[in-house]
Amino acid sequence: MTFQEQIPLEPGNKSRRTFIKMVIASGAAVSASAYLFRGSTLIGQGSLPGAVERLMSLNVNGQMRRVDVMKQETLAMTLRYKLGLTGTKLGCDRSECGACTVLIDDVPHYSCSVLTHTVRGKSIQTIEGLERPDGTLHPVQQAIIDEQGFQCAFCMSGFVMSAVGFLKTNPNPTREELAHGISGNLCRCADYDKILRSMMRGAAYMQKTTT
Amino acid sequence: MAIVHDVMPVFELFQPTTVEDTLALLDTYGTDAWVLAGGLDTFDWFKDRNKRRKVVVDLSGVDSLRGVKKSADGGLEIGASTTLTAVASDPLVKQNYRLLSQAAALVASPQIRNQGTLGGNVSQDTRCWYYRSGWTCYRAGGNICYADTPTAINREHAIFDANRCVAVNPSDTAPALIALDAQMVIRSSDGERVVNAQDYFIGPSTDITRMTVLQPGDLLTAIRIPAAWANAEFYFEKIRERQVWDFPLVNIAAALKVEGGTIRSSRFVVNAVAAHPMRLTAVEEAVAGKPRNEETASMAGALAVQGARPLQHNGYKIPLVRNLVKRAIRGEAQV
Repeated sequence: MTFQEQIPLEPGNKSRRTFIKMVIASGAAVSASAYLFRGSTLIGQGSLPGAVERLMSLNVNGQMRRVDVMKQETLAMTLRYKLGLTGTKLGCDRSECGACTVLIDDVPHYSCSVLTHTVRGKSIQTIEGLERPDGTLHPVQQAIIDEQGFQCAFCMSGFVMSAVGFLKTNPNPTREELAHGISGNLCRCADYDKILRSMMRGAAYMQKTTT
Repeated sequence: MAIVHDVMPVFELFQPTTVEDTLALLDTYGTDAWVLAGGLDTFDWFKDRNKRRKVVVDLSGVDSLRGVKKSADGGLEIGASTTLTAVASDPLVKQNYRLLSQAAALVASPQIRNQGTLGGNVSQDTRCWYYRSGWTCYRAGGNICYADTPTAINREHAIFDANRCVAVNPSDTAPALIALDAQMVIRSSDGERVVNAQDYFIGPSTDITRMTVLQPGDLLTAIRIPAAWANAEFYFEKIRERQVWDFPLVNIAAALKVEGGTIRSSRFVVNAVAAHPMRLTAVEEAVAGKPRNEETASMAGALAVQGARPLQHNGYKIPLVRNLVKRAIRGEAQV
Protein backbone atom coordinates (compact mmCIF):
# COMPACT_ATOMS: atom_id res chain seq x y z
CA MET A 1 0.00 0.00 0.00
CA THR A 2 1.43 3.36 -0.95
CA PHE A 3 1.16 6.53 1.08
CA GLN A 4 -1.38 8.05 -1.31
CA GLU A 5 -3.71 5.12 -0.95
CA GLN A 6 -3.94 5.56 2.81
CA ILE A 7 -5.51 8.98 2.57
CA PRO A 8 -9.07 8.88 1.34
CA LEU A 9 -9.47 11.80 -1.03
CA GLU A 10 -12.81 13.30 -1.80
CA PRO A 11 -13.21 13.16 -5.55
CA GLY A 12 -12.97 16.32 -7.58
CA ASN A 13 -12.71 19.49 -5.63
CA LYS A 14 -9.99 18.83 -2.98
CA SER A 15 -6.37 18.07 -3.73
CA ARG A 16 -4.28 15.91 -1.44
CA ARG A 17 -2.40 19.01 -0.35
CA THR A 18 -5.58 20.80 0.76
CA PHE A 19 -6.74 17.73 2.59
CA ILE A 20 -3.50 17.52 4.56
CA LYS A 21 -3.80 21.20 5.38
CA MET A 22 -7.29 20.57 6.68
CA VAL A 23 -6.03 17.76 8.87
CA ILE A 24 -3.32 19.99 10.28
CA ALA A 25 -5.79 22.79 10.89
CA SER A 26 -8.29 20.58 12.68
CA GLY A 27 -5.50 19.05 14.73
CA ALA A 28 -4.45 22.51 15.77
CA ALA A 29 -8.03 23.32 16.69
CA VAL A 30 -8.21 20.26 18.92
CA SER A 31 -5.03 21.11 20.79
CA ALA A 32 -6.09 24.74 21.13
CA SER A 33 -9.38 23.71 22.70
CA ALA A 34 -7.53 21.44 25.12
CA TYR A 35 -5.50 24.48 26.05
CA LEU A 36 -8.50 26.73 26.60
CA PHE A 37 -10.81 24.45 28.48
CA ARG A 38 -10.00 22.65 31.72
CA GLY A 39 -9.01 19.07 31.40
CA SER A 40 -6.52 17.45 29.15
CA THR A 41 -5.64 14.55 26.95
CA LEU A 42 -8.44 12.13 27.79
CA ILE A 43 -11.70 13.06 26.12
CA GLY A 44 -14.43 13.63 28.67
CA GLN A 45 -11.90 13.71 31.49
CA GLY A 46 -12.33 17.45 31.99
CA SER A 47 -15.64 16.81 33.68
CA LEU A 48 -14.12 14.53 36.35
CA PRO A 49 -13.26 16.10 39.70
CA GLY A 50 -9.61 16.77 40.27
CA ALA A 51 -8.63 17.03 36.61
CA VAL A 52 -5.28 18.74 36.19
CA GLU A 53 -4.22 21.49 33.81
CA ARG A 54 -0.70 21.31 32.45
CA LEU A 55 -0.05 25.03 32.30
CA MET A 56 0.62 26.33 35.78
CA SER A 57 2.13 29.19 37.74
CA LEU A 58 4.95 28.27 40.04
CA ASN A 59 6.23 30.54 42.80
CA VAL A 60 9.98 30.03 42.63
CA ASN A 61 12.35 32.24 44.61
CA GLY A 62 9.64 34.86 44.97
CA GLN A 63 8.86 35.04 41.26
CA MET A 64 5.75 33.71 39.56
CA ARG A 65 6.91 31.55 36.68
CA ARG A 66 4.45 30.29 34.06
CA VAL A 67 5.41 26.80 33.00
CA ASP A 68 3.98 23.88 31.06
CA VAL A 69 4.39 20.82 33.26
CA MET A 70 3.77 17.19 32.37
CA LYS A 71 1.65 15.23 34.85
CA GLN A 72 4.51 12.90 35.67
CA GLU A 73 7.15 15.60 35.94
CA THR A 74 9.13 15.99 39.14
CA LEU A 75 9.97 19.36 40.62
CA ALA A 76 13.70 18.75 40.08
CA MET A 77 13.07 18.27 36.36
CA THR A 78 10.91 21.41 36.14
CA LEU A 79 13.43 23.54 38.01
CA ARG A 80 16.43 22.34 36.05
CA TYR A 81 15.10 21.81 32.56
CA LYS A 82 12.10 24.12 32.28
CA LEU A 83 13.15 27.04 34.46
CA GLY A 84 16.92 26.80 34.01
CA LEU A 85 17.61 26.66 37.76
CA THR A 86 20.43 24.15 37.51
CA GLY A 87 21.78 24.90 40.99
CA THR A 88 19.44 22.12 42.14
CA LYS A 89 21.30 18.91 41.37
CA LEU A 90 20.03 15.45 40.53
CA GLY A 91 22.14 12.77 42.17
CA CYS A 92 20.24 9.53 42.69
CA ASP A 93 16.73 10.63 41.60
CA ARG A 94 15.46 8.21 44.29
CA SER A 95 15.13 10.36 47.45
CA GLU A 96 18.35 8.91 48.83
CA CYS A 97 21.16 11.42 48.35
CA GLY A 98 19.64 14.85 49.00
CA ALA A 99 21.42 16.72 46.18
CA CYS A 100 18.04 17.92 44.90
CA THR A 101 16.86 19.36 48.23
CA VAL A 102 14.79 22.56 47.92
CA LEU A 103 12.52 24.35 50.37
CA ILE A 104 8.79 24.08 49.82
CA ASP A 105 7.05 26.55 52.13
CA ASP A 106 10.32 26.69 54.10
CA VAL A 107 10.46 22.90 54.60
CA PRO A 108 13.24 20.81 52.99
CA HIS A 109 12.03 18.29 50.40
CA TYR A 110 13.75 16.04 47.89
CA SER A 111 12.63 17.78 44.67
CA CYS A 112 13.35 14.59 42.67
CA SER A 113 10.44 13.01 44.51
CA VAL A 114 7.84 15.75 44.40
CA LEU A 115 5.42 16.03 41.49
CA THR A 116 5.52 19.63 40.29
CA HIS A 117 1.72 19.61 40.13
CA THR A 118 1.54 19.04 43.89
CA VAL A 119 3.31 22.33 44.72
CA ARG A 120 0.86 24.63 42.97
CA GLY A 121 0.25 27.62 45.27
CA LYS A 122 3.28 26.88 47.45
CA SER A 123 6.48 28.85 47.54
CA ILE A 124 9.64 27.13 46.39
CA GLN A 125 13.11 28.27 47.28
CA THR A 126 16.19 26.96 45.53
CA ILE A 127 19.88 27.71 46.03
CA GLU A 128 19.55 30.50 43.46
CA GLY A 129 17.05 32.28 45.69
CA LEU A 130 19.25 32.48 48.77
CA GLU A 131 21.41 35.51 48.02
CA ARG A 132 19.93 38.95 48.48
CA PRO A 133 19.13 41.11 45.43
CA ASP A 134 22.26 43.17 46.13
CA GLY A 135 24.37 40.01 45.79
CA THR A 136 25.04 39.48 49.49
CA LEU A 137 25.30 35.76 50.10
CA HIS A 138 23.17 33.94 52.63
CA PRO A 139 25.12 33.52 55.91
CA VAL A 140 25.34 29.75 55.35
CA GLN A 141 26.78 30.32 51.87
CA GLN A 142 29.28 32.84 53.21
CA ALA A 143 30.30 30.43 55.96
CA ILE A 144 31.03 27.73 53.37
CA ILE A 145 33.36 30.10 51.53
CA ASP A 146 35.06 31.09 54.77
CA GLU A 147 35.51 27.48 55.89
CA GLN A 148 36.19 26.08 52.39
CA GLY A 149 33.58 23.57 53.39
CA PHE A 150 33.23 21.29 50.39
CA GLN A 151 35.47 19.35 48.05
CA CYS A 152 33.72 18.75 44.71
CA ALA A 153 30.55 20.47 46.00
CA PHE A 154 28.08 18.62 43.80
CA CYS A 155 26.09 17.93 46.97
CA MET A 156 26.51 21.49 48.26
CA SER A 157 23.28 23.11 47.13
CA GLY A 158 21.29 20.27 48.67
CA PHE A 159 23.24 20.52 51.93
CA VAL A 160 22.78 24.29 52.03
CA MET A 161 19.02 24.06 51.47
CA SER A 162 18.71 21.35 54.15
CA ALA A 163 20.71 23.46 56.60
CA VAL A 164 18.78 26.65 55.83
CA GLY A 165 15.50 24.77 56.28
CA PHE A 166 16.66 23.14 59.50
CA LEU A 167 17.97 26.43 60.94
CA LYS A 168 14.52 27.93 60.49
CA THR A 169 13.21 25.40 63.02
CA ASN A 170 16.29 25.37 65.27
CA PRO A 171 18.36 28.56 64.85
CA ASN A 172 20.86 27.70 67.57
CA PRO A 173 21.66 24.00 67.24
CA THR A 174 24.42 21.94 68.77
CA ARG A 175 26.73 20.26 66.29
CA GLU A 176 24.92 16.97 66.92
CA GLU A 177 21.48 18.49 66.36
CA LEU A 178 22.67 20.07 63.14
CA ALA A 179 24.18 16.77 61.99
CA HIS A 180 20.82 15.16 62.63
CA GLY A 181 19.06 18.01 60.79
CA ILE A 182 21.11 17.59 57.62
CA SER A 183 21.37 13.81 57.87
CA GLY A 184 19.17 13.41 54.80
CA ASN A 185 22.05 14.50 52.56
CA LEU A 186 25.02 12.52 51.34
CA CYS A 187 28.50 13.75 50.43
CA ARG A 188 30.38 11.34 48.16
CA CYS A 189 33.67 13.01 49.15
CA ALA A 190 32.75 12.19 52.77
CA ASP A 191 33.75 15.69 53.78
CA TYR A 192 31.24 15.75 56.60
CA ASP A 193 33.48 17.27 59.23
CA LYS A 194 34.14 20.38 57.18
CA ILE A 195 30.55 20.56 56.01
CA LEU A 196 29.35 20.53 59.61
CA ARG A 197 31.92 23.13 60.60
CA SER A 198 30.72 25.39 57.79
CA MET A 199 27.09 24.94 58.70
CA MET A 200 27.81 25.66 62.38
CA ARG A 201 29.61 28.80 61.35
CA GLY A 202 26.65 29.68 59.12
CA ALA A 203 24.32 29.29 62.09
CA ALA A 204 26.57 31.59 64.10
CA TYR A 205 26.55 34.19 61.27
CA MET A 206 22.77 34.03 61.19
CA GLN A 207 22.60 34.68 64.94
CA LYS A 208 24.77 37.74 64.41
CA THR A 209 22.69 39.12 61.55
CA THR A 210 19.42 38.69 63.42
CA THR A 211 20.57 40.19 66.73
CA MET B 1 21.15 0.29 40.94
CA ALA B 2 19.11 3.27 40.21
CA ILE B 3 19.21 4.51 36.68
CA VAL B 4 18.21 8.10 36.07
CA HIS B 5 15.81 8.16 33.12
CA ASP B 6 14.47 11.37 31.65
CA VAL B 7 11.15 11.37 33.48
CA MET B 8 8.64 8.84 34.69
CA PRO B 9 6.44 7.15 32.09
CA VAL B 10 3.28 9.07 31.35
CA PHE B 11 0.20 8.79 33.56
CA GLU B 12 -2.99 10.74 33.95
CA LEU B 13 -3.03 12.75 37.18
CA PHE B 14 -6.03 13.65 39.29
CA GLN B 15 -5.90 15.97 42.28
CA PRO B 16 -9.26 15.72 44.03
CA THR B 17 -9.98 17.88 47.06
CA THR B 18 -12.49 15.71 48.91
CA VAL B 19 -12.55 12.08 50.03
CA GLU B 20 -15.81 11.56 48.09
CA ASP B 21 -14.22 12.72 44.82
CA THR B 22 -11.19 10.54 45.53
CA LEU B 23 -13.36 7.47 46.08
CA ALA B 24 -15.33 8.23 42.91
CA LEU B 25 -12.09 8.36 40.93
CA LEU B 26 -10.80 5.13 42.49
CA ASP B 27 -14.12 3.52 41.65
CA THR B 28 -14.03 4.74 38.05
CA TYR B 29 -10.51 3.57 37.33
CA GLY B 30 -10.32 0.46 39.54
CA THR B 31 -7.08 -1.46 39.04
CA ASP B 32 -5.78 1.26 36.69
CA ALA B 33 -5.62 3.75 39.57
CA TRP B 34 -2.72 4.32 41.97
CA VAL B 35 -3.16 6.27 45.18
CA LEU B 36 -0.38 8.80 45.71
CA ALA B 37 0.29 10.18 49.20
CA GLY B 38 3.88 11.27 49.93
CA GLY B 39 5.06 9.39 46.85
CA LEU B 40 8.32 8.13 48.31
CA ASP B 41 7.43 4.48 47.72
CA THR B 42 5.48 5.25 44.54
CA PHE B 43 8.10 7.07 42.51
CA ASP B 44 10.71 4.31 42.85
CA TRP B 45 8.29 1.91 41.20
CA PHE B 46 7.40 4.32 38.43
CA LYS B 47 10.93 5.55 37.77
CA ASP B 48 12.33 2.02 37.59
CA ARG B 49 9.50 1.05 35.21
CA ASN B 50 8.68 -1.88 37.46
CA LYS B 51 5.11 -0.88 38.23
CA ARG B 52 2.92 1.37 36.22
CA ARG B 53 -0.63 2.69 36.35
CA LYS B 54 -2.67 4.67 33.85
CA VAL B 55 -4.09 6.95 36.50
CA VAL B 56 -2.55 8.48 39.61
CA VAL B 57 -4.85 9.97 42.23
CA ASP B 58 -2.90 12.46 44.31
CA LEU B 59 -4.16 12.99 47.87
CA SER B 60 -2.18 16.17 48.57
CA GLY B 61 -5.22 18.36 47.92
CA VAL B 62 -7.51 16.47 50.32
CA ASP B 63 -7.13 18.58 53.46
CA SER B 64 -9.52 16.47 55.54
CA LEU B 65 -6.99 13.61 55.48
CA ARG B 66 -4.43 15.64 57.45
CA GLY B 67 -4.09 16.46 61.11
CA VAL B 68 -4.23 15.01 64.59
CA LYS B 69 -7.35 15.44 66.68
CA LYS B 70 -8.69 14.16 69.96
CA SER B 71 -11.45 11.62 69.63
CA ALA B 72 -14.50 11.27 71.86
CA ASP B 73 -13.11 8.29 73.80
CA GLY B 74 -10.04 10.26 74.85
CA GLY B 75 -7.80 8.76 72.20
CA LEU B 76 -6.55 10.30 68.99
CA GLU B 77 -7.55 10.24 65.36
CA ILE B 78 -4.70 10.87 62.94
CA GLY B 79 -5.45 11.64 59.30
CA ALA B 80 -3.72 9.20 56.96
CA SER B 81 -1.99 12.01 55.04
CA THR B 82 -0.44 13.55 58.15
CA THR B 83 3.30 13.74 57.54
CA LEU B 84 5.68 11.74 59.72
CA THR B 85 7.29 15.00 60.86
CA ALA B 86 3.87 16.21 61.99
CA VAL B 87 3.17 12.93 63.80
CA ALA B 88 6.60 12.92 65.46
CA SER B 89 6.29 16.51 66.68
CA ASP B 90 2.59 16.63 67.50
CA PRO B 91 2.11 17.61 71.16
CA LEU B 92 -0.93 15.32 71.62
CA VAL B 93 0.98 12.32 70.27
CA LYS B 94 4.08 13.16 72.28
CA GLN B 95 2.12 13.66 75.47
CA ASN B 96 0.33 10.30 75.56
CA TYR B 97 1.73 8.05 72.86
CA ARG B 98 5.45 8.70 72.81
CA LEU B 99 5.90 5.24 71.31
CA LEU B 100 4.43 6.51 68.05
CA SER B 101 6.32 9.81 67.99
CA GLN B 102 9.57 7.92 68.61
CA ALA B 103 8.81 5.48 65.80
CA ALA B 104 7.85 8.25 63.36
CA ALA B 105 11.00 10.24 64.22
CA LEU B 106 13.19 7.25 63.33
CA VAL B 107 11.79 6.77 59.85
CA ALA B 108 14.23 7.47 57.00
CA SER B 109 15.59 11.03 56.74
CA PRO B 110 14.31 14.55 57.59
CA GLN B 111 13.24 15.26 54.00
CA ILE B 112 11.38 11.96 53.78
CA ARG B 113 9.62 12.56 57.09
CA ASN B 114 8.63 16.04 55.87
CA GLN B 115 6.82 14.48 52.94
CA GLY B 116 6.06 10.86 53.80
CA THR B 117 2.74 10.23 55.48
CA LEU B 118 1.66 7.95 58.32
CA GLY B 119 -0.80 6.20 56.01
CA GLY B 120 1.93 5.72 53.44
CA ASN B 121 4.40 4.43 55.99
CA VAL B 122 2.04 1.67 57.10
CA SER B 123 0.89 0.87 53.56
CA GLN B 124 4.31 0.82 51.89
CA ASP B 125 5.44 -2.13 49.86
CA THR B 126 8.28 -4.42 50.89
CA ARG B 127 11.92 -3.53 50.15
CA CYS B 128 13.03 -6.97 48.92
CA TRP B 129 15.42 -5.89 46.20
CA TYR B 130 14.72 -8.81 43.92
CA TYR B 131 11.08 -7.80 43.91
CA ARG B 132 11.77 -4.07 43.67
CA SER B 133 14.25 -4.58 40.84
CA GLY B 134 11.45 -6.00 38.75
CA TRP B 135 12.30 -9.71 38.99
CA THR B 136 9.24 -11.83 38.28
CA CYS B 137 9.05 -13.40 41.72
CA TYR B 138 6.00 -14.85 43.47
CA ARG B 139 5.04 -11.42 44.77
CA ALA B 140 5.26 -9.99 41.28
CA GLY B 141 3.08 -12.73 39.87
CA GLY B 142 5.81 -15.26 38.95
CA ASN B 143 6.57 -18.64 40.46
CA ILE B 144 9.95 -18.38 42.17
CA CYS B 145 11.44 -16.53 45.13
CA TYR B 146 14.84 -15.19 44.15
CA ALA B 147 15.65 -14.28 47.76
CA ASP B 148 15.35 -17.88 48.93
CA THR B 149 17.79 -19.68 46.63
CA PRO B 150 21.22 -21.11 47.62
CA THR B 151 23.05 -18.08 46.21
CA ALA B 152 20.54 -15.42 47.26
CA ILE B 153 21.51 -12.44 49.36
CA ASN B 154 18.87 -12.40 52.06
CA ARG B 155 20.30 -10.65 55.11
CA GLU B 156 17.23 -8.45 55.39
CA HIS B 157 14.61 -11.12 54.82
CA ALA B 158 12.09 -12.97 56.95
CA ILE B 159 12.66 -15.37 59.83
CA PHE B 160 8.96 -15.88 60.55
CA ASP B 161 5.85 -16.83 58.60
CA ALA B 162 7.49 -17.10 55.19
CA ASN B 163 5.32 -18.74 52.60
CA ARG B 164 7.06 -18.92 49.20
CA CYS B 165 7.88 -15.18 49.56
CA VAL B 166 10.44 -14.24 52.25
CA ALA B 167 10.04 -10.45 52.05
CA VAL B 168 9.49 -8.37 55.19
CA ASN B 169 7.36 -5.39 56.12
CA PRO B 170 9.74 -2.43 56.57
CA SER B 171 7.47 -0.01 58.44
CA ASP B 172 8.60 1.62 61.67
CA THR B 173 5.26 3.09 62.66
CA ALA B 174 3.30 -0.14 62.06
CA PRO B 175 4.59 -2.01 65.15
CA ALA B 176 4.01 1.08 67.29
CA LEU B 177 0.42 1.36 66.08
CA ILE B 178 -0.24 -2.34 66.72
CA ALA B 179 1.24 -2.03 70.22
CA LEU B 180 -1.15 0.87 70.86
CA ASP B 181 -4.17 -1.20 69.68
CA ALA B 182 -4.76 1.30 66.90
CA GLN B 183 -7.48 0.93 64.30
CA MET B 184 -7.36 1.71 60.61
CA VAL B 185 -10.30 3.53 59.06
CA ILE B 186 -10.77 2.43 55.46
CA ARG B 187 -13.27 3.99 53.10
CA SER B 188 -14.48 2.88 49.72
CA SER B 189 -17.53 3.75 47.67
CA ASP B 190 -19.29 0.96 49.61
CA GLY B 191 -18.82 2.82 52.88
CA GLU B 192 -16.47 2.78 55.83
CA ARG B 193 -14.89 -0.15 57.62
CA VAL B 194 -12.62 -0.17 60.63
CA VAL B 195 -9.85 -2.75 60.87
CA ASN B 196 -7.59 -3.44 63.85
CA ALA B 197 -4.04 -2.39 63.04
CA GLN B 198 -2.93 -5.95 63.64
CA ASP B 199 -5.31 -7.26 60.97
CA TYR B 200 -4.47 -4.49 58.50
CA PHE B 201 -1.24 -6.24 57.54
CA ILE B 202 -1.33 -9.54 55.69
CA GLY B 203 1.27 -12.17 54.95
CA PRO B 204 1.94 -14.14 51.77
CA SER B 205 -0.27 -17.02 52.91
CA THR B 206 -3.24 -14.64 52.78
CA ASP B 207 -2.27 -12.78 49.59
CA ILE B 208 1.22 -12.93 48.21
CA THR B 209 0.85 -9.77 46.11
CA ARG B 210 -0.33 -7.40 48.83
CA MET B 211 1.07 -6.15 52.15
CA THR B 212 -2.23 -4.83 53.55
CA VAL B 213 -5.92 -5.56 53.35
CA LEU B 214 -6.40 -2.57 51.00
CA GLN B 215 -8.05 -3.55 47.71
CA PRO B 216 -8.41 -1.41 44.60
CA GLY B 217 -11.00 1.26 45.42
CA ASP B 218 -10.05 1.34 49.12
CA LEU B 219 -8.60 4.40 50.78
CA LEU B 220 -7.01 4.46 54.23
CA THR B 221 -8.40 7.71 55.62
CA ALA B 222 -7.45 7.75 59.31
CA ILE B 223 -5.75 5.91 62.11
CA ARG B 224 -7.48 5.80 65.49
CA ILE B 225 -5.54 5.32 68.67
CA PRO B 226 -7.67 4.39 71.67
CA ALA B 227 -6.99 5.76 75.16
CA ALA B 228 -6.20 2.22 76.42
CA TRP B 229 -2.41 2.53 76.28
CA ALA B 230 -2.06 6.27 76.86
CA ASN B 231 1.04 6.94 78.93
CA ALA B 232 1.89 3.30 79.43
CA GLU B 233 5.58 2.48 79.71
CA PHE B 234 6.88 2.41 76.18
CA TYR B 235 9.93 1.01 74.50
CA PHE B 236 10.86 1.55 70.86
CA GLU B 237 14.12 0.54 69.27
CA LYS B 238 15.13 0.36 65.65
CA ILE B 239 18.23 -1.51 64.54
CA ARG B 240 19.63 -0.51 61.18
CA GLU B 241 23.00 -0.49 59.52
CA ARG B 242 23.10 3.23 58.83
CA GLN B 243 21.67 5.52 61.47
CA VAL B 244 19.72 7.58 58.95
CA TRP B 245 17.55 6.80 55.95
CA ASP B 246 17.89 3.05 56.40
CA PHE B 247 15.05 0.61 56.86
CA PRO B 248 15.05 -1.53 60.00
CA LEU B 249 16.87 -4.85 60.20
CA VAL B 250 14.57 -5.40 63.14
CA ASN B 251 12.55 -2.95 65.19
CA ILE B 252 10.49 -3.42 68.34
CA ALA B 253 7.61 -1.51 69.85
CA ALA B 254 6.47 -2.41 73.34
CA ALA B 255 3.88 -1.00 75.69
CA LEU B 256 3.75 -2.19 79.30
CA LYS B 257 1.51 -1.52 82.24
CA VAL B 258 3.51 -2.13 85.35
CA GLU B 259 2.27 -1.99 88.94
CA GLY B 260 4.74 -2.26 91.80
CA GLY B 261 7.35 -3.91 89.61
CA THR B 262 4.90 -6.47 88.23
CA ILE B 263 3.87 -6.47 84.58
CA ARG B 264 0.07 -6.35 84.45
CA SER B 265 -0.42 -6.28 80.71
CA SER B 266 1.75 -5.64 77.71
CA ARG B 267 2.12 -5.47 73.95
CA PHE B 268 5.24 -6.59 72.11
CA VAL B 269 5.47 -6.11 68.37
CA VAL B 270 8.53 -6.62 66.16
CA ASN B 271 8.81 -5.76 62.49
CA ALA B 272 11.09 -6.52 59.54
CA VAL B 273 11.09 -10.20 60.54
CA ALA B 274 8.04 -11.27 58.51
CA ALA B 275 5.86 -9.95 55.70
CA HIS B 276 3.66 -8.39 58.37
CA PRO B 277 4.55 -6.88 61.76
CA MET B 278 4.67 -9.70 64.35
CA ARG B 279 2.77 -9.30 67.55
CA LEU B 280 4.39 -11.55 70.14
CA THR B 281 1.24 -12.73 71.89
CA ALA B 282 3.06 -15.68 73.52
CA VAL B 283 5.43 -13.22 75.18
CA GLU B 284 2.57 -10.97 76.25
CA GLU B 285 0.77 -13.88 77.93
CA ALA B 286 3.91 -15.26 79.54
CA VAL B 287 5.03 -12.01 81.15
CA ALA B 288 1.62 -11.06 82.54
CA GLY B 289 1.84 -11.11 86.32
CA LYS B 290 5.61 -11.58 86.29
CA PRO B 291 8.07 -9.23 87.95
CA ARG B 292 9.90 -6.90 85.60
CA ASN B 293 13.33 -8.41 86.11
CA GLU B 294 16.17 -10.13 84.31
CA GLU B 295 14.66 -13.58 84.73
CA THR B 296 11.44 -12.51 83.01
CA ALA B 297 13.46 -10.78 80.33
CA SER B 298 15.41 -13.97 79.55
CA MET B 299 12.29 -16.06 79.49
CA ALA B 300 10.50 -13.59 77.21
CA GLY B 301 13.48 -13.29 74.88
CA ALA B 302 13.70 -17.05 74.44
CA LEU B 303 9.98 -17.31 73.86
CA ALA B 304 9.99 -14.53 71.27
CA VAL B 305 12.14 -16.42 68.79
CA GLN B 306 10.44 -19.81 69.05
CA GLY B 307 9.56 -21.05 65.60
CA ALA B 308 11.96 -18.72 63.85
CA ARG B 309 13.40 -20.17 60.64
CA PRO B 310 16.42 -18.30 59.38
CA LEU B 311 17.56 -18.18 55.76
CA GLN B 312 21.20 -18.43 54.76
CA HIS B 313 22.26 -14.93 55.75
CA ASN B 314 19.72 -13.65 58.27
CA GLY B 315 20.33 -15.92 61.27
CA TYR B 316 21.56 -12.86 63.19
CA LYS B 317 17.97 -11.68 63.39
CA ILE B 318 17.20 -14.40 65.95
CA PRO B 319 19.55 -13.13 68.71
CA LEU B 320 18.58 -9.61 67.64
CA VAL B 321 14.89 -10.22 68.31
CA ARG B 322 15.70 -12.09 71.52
CA ASN B 323 17.83 -9.24 72.83
CA LEU B 324 15.42 -6.52 71.76
CA VAL B 325 12.62 -8.22 73.68
CA LYS B 326 14.91 -8.45 76.72
CA ARG B 327 15.75 -4.78 76.44
CA ALA B 328 12.10 -3.87 76.12
CA ILE B 329 11.35 -5.71 79.36
CA ARG B 330 14.29 -4.14 81.18
CA GLY B 331 13.04 -0.72 80.04
CA GLU B 332 14.90 2.29 78.78
CA ALA B 333 16.77 3.11 81.95
CA GLN B 334 18.36 -0.33 82.24
CA VAL B 335 19.36 -0.91 78.60
